[in-house]
Amino acid sequence: MSAAFSPEVIAQHQLTPGEYQKVVDILGRQPTYTELGIFAVMWSEHCSYKSSRVHLKKLPTRGKLVVQGPGENAGIIDIGGGYVIAFKIESHNHPSFIEPLQGAATGVGGILRDIFTMGARPIAVMDSLRFGRLDDSVTGPRNRRILSGVVAGIAHYGNCFGVPTVGGECIFEPCYDGNPLVNVFALGVCRKEDVFYAKAAGVGNPVIYVGARTGRDGIHGASMASAEFTEESKQKRPNVQVGDPFMEKLLLEACIEAMKTGAIVGIQDMGAAGLTCSTCEMGSRGEVGIEIELDRVPQRETGMTPYEVMLSESQERMLLVADKGREDEVFRVFKKWGLEAAEIGIVTNDGKLRVRHHGEIVAEIPNRELADEAPLYNRPYTAPPEATREHVLSAGANVQSALPALLSAPDMCSKRWIWEQYDFQVRTNTLTIPEQTDAAIVRVKETGTSVAMSLDGNGRYTYLSPREGAQLAVAECCRNLSVVGALPVAATNCLNFGNPERPEIMAQLVEAIEGMSDACRFFDTPITGGNVSLYNETLGGGIYPTPVIGIVGLMKTAAPVTIPFKNAGRSVILLGGAGACDDVRFGSTQYAKEIEQQLWGLPPALDLDREKRVQEAIREIVAAGLAESAHDLSDGGLAVALAECCFGPDEIGAQIDLDSDLRPEMLAFHEGPSRILISTAHPKQVAGIAERHGVEAPVVGATIETGMEIRQRGNTLGSWDIAALRAAYEGALEAHVR
Amino acid sequence: MKFGVIVFPGSNCDHDAFYAIANNLGQPAEFIWHDSTTLGDVDAVILPGGFSYGDYLRCGAIAKFSPVMAAVRKFAADGGLVLGVCNGFQILAEAGLLPGALIRNRGLKFICRELRLSVATTNSPYTSEAQKGQVLRLPIAHGEGCYIADERTLDELEAEDRVAFRYIDNANGSLRHIAGVLNRERNVMGMMPHPERATEPLMGSTDGLVVFQSMLQTTLRSVVLA
Repeated sequence: MSAAFSPEVIAQHQLTPGEYQKVVDILGRQPTYTELGIFAVMWSEHCSYKSSRVHLKKLPTRGKLVVQGPGENAGIIDIGGGYVIAFKIESHNHPSFIEPLQGAATGVGGILRDIFTMGARPIAVMDSLRFGRLDDSVTGPRNRRILSGVVAGIAHYGNCFGVPTVGGECIFEPCYDGNPLVNVFALGVCRKEDVFYAKAAGVGNPVIYVGARTGRDGIHGASMASAEFTEESKQKRPNVQVGDPFMEKLLLEACIEAMKTGAIVGIQDMGAAGLTCSTCEMGSRGEVGIEIELDRVPQRETGMTPYEVMLSESQERMLLVADKGREDEVFRVFKKWGLEAAEIGIVTNDGKLRVRHHGEIVAEIPNRELADEAPLYNRPYTAPPEATREHVLSAGANVQSALPALLSAPDMCSKRWIWEQYDFQVRTNTLTIPEQTDAAIVRVKETGTSVAMSLDGNGRYTYLSPREGAQLAVAECCRNLSVVGALPVAATNCLNFGNPERPEIMAQLVEAIEGMSDACRFFDTPITGGNVSLYNETLGGGIYPTPVIGIVGLMKTAAPVTIPFKNAGRSVILLGGAGACDDVRFGSTQYAKEIEQQLWGLPPALDLDREKRVQEAIREIVAAGLAESAHDLSDGGLAVALAECCFGPDEIGAQIDLDSDLRPEMLAFHEGPSRILISTAHPKQVAGIAERHGVEAPVVGATIETGMEIRQRGNTLGSWDIAALRAAYEGALEAHVR
Repeated sequence: MKFGVIVFPGSNCDHDAFYAIANNLGQPAEFIWHDSTTLGDVDAVILPGGFSYGDYLRCGAIAKFSPVMAAVRKFAADGGLVLGVCNGFQILAEAGLLPGALIRNRGLKFICRELRLSVATTNSPYTSEAQKGQVLRLPIAHGEGCYIADERTLDELEAEDRVAFRYIDNANGSLRHIAGVLNRERNVMGMMPHPERATEPLMGSTDGLVVFQSMLQTTLRSVVLA
């Protein structure tokens, strides 16, 4: 057919000589140019997980509530009452660096399609964001621009589409200069029998294309996401797609209505690798072939080559297979919503993806080999990079001045400037206001059940110990859910790492996956899907390994327990106690970051068994209606958590006194896990529950009308005016952004 | 009393308005598709929030040309109750059914926040069950909710008691703190805050119910009078 491609062309497609040979072996001949493009994109790291698959297999994926694990567009969990939820997290890191607004917007668009392609209506979005430091004299302006653009992009897309953005997290570190992370989580709901799968079936059935027309945008987006950034990356702006949330909203309503006709057999969105991925994956899952004619693909530009049409990542497009003879029912619905739909091919029995252009075959590839037989690498790994273990803490620590400094630090200050730009209430299911609870809660009106959800990932912890850091993220996520009274049931992960071809980076990935795997097994939260984003490096500088975990929990619908103290004169209980810490375990804290301006040692020590008991205790306390407020200790430790509890509408304060041998700054700011602050009118009953679970629950003080004070064995470590602390906390981000 | 909820392509608070009426007010509701040329037998219509037609060009600028708007105009001219919330308010202003315009928020950013507003008049089918000066806690969620009009129009609105609500917390920069206005005949009202999002305790506020209860009582009274 055609001659072999030159090594340069093969390298441009990011295929190794060995991979190219595999292509030739599969085809039994040299590939066409279109086929080369198709293989390149399907076998990119982004689409094939070729470096991570070996290790991803270690993750627990099964559980009694799991209806669908990894391998589909989203994981599915049974929530009872005949309903299921579909959810997943995905990254859009590289596009968001190149073009922040559209990069983030299309990240939201992509994950929303993953949810509604399964038949589920999206009811919540959360995002986990990482940026470079805003105040850096050199990179600060660019980082501020990226932050503003990303937030505007998420707002633009989610608000218009009509899905509430209910929570998330946002952290700033120099390692994310030039490589921001934008991870978007979405969750949808539908009746159990209404779930759809991305599977083609029924030889002779029509293959239908719906939605936006195909243009030249986003060609090679998936391959771009599978390489490190260089100075030339900025020239890749045309590779970033442009999102149209209005079109997506129409697509959502039309797809859900079309699914109800019963005439749809299978459906998949066109995301990364566009038409290529949707055709071969649907064919492969259904063990059938798919033949398409590119002349019939709606195109918004003229003269597009088969290569371009197959690789375009134009947004807001879906591919579906309908029952032969019932196409008109499907077309009628799309017409009602003003959407273009075209029959572009049929399901065949030969297991091949056959692509025609003006009638001529331009690609003919066995689906299964293309979709599922991608190269698999067990890349060599050594040990993660070692951080300094030792650090001498500065003398003269001052808890009094450190607290406002920490509360106004970018990582810990209020993110109101971000979340107020998101419509977090549309659909009137959101039971929480961001930063008022440890987890976001969205009710399912049809069942009386609510879904609590939380995202967590701490790059500092994971850098110091990938294994422990990943476990801590899972533990904190589960704790956030437990604090609002929800039982954690399932998880999704987004693994953001550097270049896997470097053995020390690969070691971070392997250890983080194993740590996450152990913790998810321990908490019985199987991972039902997710995403791996590698090559997060710019000019040779890698990011902290940043595994982000999203966990969902279930609870009966009720008014949530929130963070702020409600009344003076209540007992303040520190469930889990003051905790332990030492110089080594203090090096990952926000105190170390902001006050010592260092990173050393190890992350806080986690005792999984103790963590589980604390979580069981708090769920029971909340379920019994004993907690008037509840808040877990995380970044910034006890003092920061206590301050956040004081930021209610009435600014009810607290006076606490701790019996502990720790150095004052450690007592106030260490980040030892498994601890929760509760205010209660029923301290005896709370103590009783804690005791039954074998958990310490000292009454450390009481809520008071005004002011906040922390003492250690009677000595005042700090005493603050709440309004002043709050001003530091509330106003900081806006000041940093300007 | 039957409420019709108009569905434009891009409406996204249509289900919320429907739920507030059907579930929390306990009255029948139905959706009316944007290309309908009639409204059927409804007693009132709600133009819900969202991004009709993507709000490309200008918020509400395309929606005003949709077929259903001719029916809404006629319904309004015949004295029917027409409530526009958020994007619905923007559409009514674009369609000329209400005076003034909604422009970008003063801070140029989208704002989602609960805030306080006061009932500026009880002489309307939307506020008759409230007390004058009553403070309501309602959420806003918009990027373009800054109400403007020329001085003469603003003076006229005040002279004719046609300001329905005023912000106590004026987050979007609206002139004279105007959050909701009535037409001259007082049967058409537009407001940027979302009353449908504050109709049951789990939503955090029930202050929005008074708008729908006022519509209900007004309609029931007119039936009795008829």
